[in-house]
Amino acid sequence: MEISFKQVSYTYQPNTPFEHRAINDLSMDISSGSFTAIIGHTGSGKSTLIQHLNGLLRPSSGKVNIGSYQLHAEAKLKGIKELRSKVGIVFQYPEHQLFEETVFKDIAFGPSNFGVDREEVGGRVDQALQAVQLPEELLDRSPFELSGGQMRRVAIAGVLAVQPELLVLDEPTAGLDPKGQKEMMNMFHQLHKQKGLTTILVTHSMEDALAYADHVIILNKGEKYLEGKPEDVFTRQQDLQKVQLDVPEVIQFITNVKDRFQVDLSYHGQTIKELAEELAAIVKGENRYE
Amino acid sequence: MNNAFIIGQYVPGESIVHRLDPRTKMIIIFMFVIVVFFANSIWSYGLLTVFSLLCALTTRIHFSYILKGLTPVWFLIVFTLLLHLIVTKEGEVLFRIFSYPIYSGAVAQGAAISLRFFLLIMVTSLLTLTTTPIEITDAIESLLQPLKKIRFPVHELALMMSISLRFIPTLMQETEKISKAQASRGVDFRTGTAKERIQAVVPLLVPLFISAFKRAEELAMAMEARGYQGGEGRTKLRELKTDRLDIIVYALFAFVVILLFVIRD
Repeated sequence: MEISFKQVSYTYQPNTPFEHRAINDLSMDISSGSFTAIIGHTGSGKSTLIQHLNGLLRPSSGKVNIGSYQLHAEAKLKGIKELRSKVGIVFQYPEHQLFEETVFKDIAFGPSNFGVDREEVGGRVDQALQAVQLPEELLDRSPFELSGGQMRRVAIAGVLAVQPELLVLDEPTAGLDPKGQKEMMNMFHQLHKQKGLTTILVTHSMEDALAYADHVIILNKGEKYLEGKPEDVFTRQQDLQKVQLDVPEVIQFITNVKDRFQVDLSYHGQTIKELAEELAAIVKGENRYE
Repeated sequence: MNNAFIIGQYVPGESIVHRLDPRTKMIIIFMFVIVVFFANSIWSYGLLTVFSLLCALTTRIHFSYILKGLTPVWFLIVFTLLLHLIVTKEGEVLFRIFSYPIYSGAVAQGAAISLRFFLLIMVTSLLTLTTTPIEITDAIESLLQPLKKIRFPVHELALMMSISLRFIPTLMQETEKISKAQASRGVDFRTGTAKERIQAVVPLLVPLFISAFKRAEELAMAMEARGYQGGEGRTKLRELKTDRLDIIVYALFAFVVILLFVIRD
């Protein structure tokens, strides 16, 4: 789904002493099928931004286009339920939304609300369960008996079962152990490729943004600060430091090598291991000419 | 957050009213609530109105904001007025609306009751607007001290109050978060038949209860870990002090009350 924000602002509790402008004159475009990472500190407006994507919030001014739907300040959107069936949002700590007696019922909750046939719901639940890599035995258990990581997967399956075209992930790995984080991110990346989704990832992790995204937007105090391809954005170290953001380790390493040894290893998406091999090759090559 | 919730929400400030001892504020408001019912003439109502407006002005909170906080109550005030106009049949007929007679007594009584209502709610909302919930519970604990003699658990009551007050915003945030998550999964809280709407509350209440219980358990554990053992021998971080300012305010209020009894019929 194609998404565009045109000069969007959003103000919480307008005309009170608690008035707070969370997004200010933000314009951006996200193309269909892209994997976009949105990065910013707490209070930079990330959460407010994603709530515009399925009409939970309407902009105080400006326009938001999501596919063929348009949100603006003047009027409520008529087909809001239809929009929500096409946009799946995985909120922070999604396991807090579980409530049904069994895992099956909880995953089936979304599709049933959007009017999917009873027979089809069963198939969708199985598919979603497979996508989040949980065993079928769990279907009849209570979601509250599961471990934290399993609960989160069930909640995510509940969003996937709706079969959205746009998947929005708000810090989906928060509170998981490092292994769980990696598995979770790989899972989303696979889903993104397999189903041809448009994915938006809200994260604090530069490493994740670099590894998975093909488009990065950095927010600062409700405004767009930087935007572009990850390898372009993350090499602007000074700009990033101005807003107290770190550079991903790999890029930091490349810059340090360049400063110290005048060896230019340009970044083109290599892993740490590939980088080590490149470096080894250069070192060996230099030795040969000594 | 919903704008209706701003009724009586604390607004930080440095005004005289903010700095008063919360016990002073509570005692005066308590007395005011009683005194309002003694007003019976235009002059006495005028006096109380002027007093309330002066109180509102000294808080330095925008008056329009205070009035906006009363939005949910306006309906009640207008309703009372209308009811009086229709039902009361005292005095002479002032005028007729579609041949329905409106009596002078009805206008007078309706206006008096509505004004009384308005004053009561506005002045009590000044308490919560200028006093943090913690200060209010401290004041209640201190004012209820005498009840300790008859083994009334004053400290426990105050603790329960401050914990519940402390967690209202947290629970509200949580409610909002969960309702948004469920709305994204296609729950419709606003439309549908009464039965459907009640059913829509289940996916909201279950997670809310679960998190509230979890939170209570964690809080109890954290309190125990920090050596909490009840009110016995516990010192206070915030001492309540009645100083000169409070005495002046008491004196002023006493003057208003005496004046009221002098000028009422």
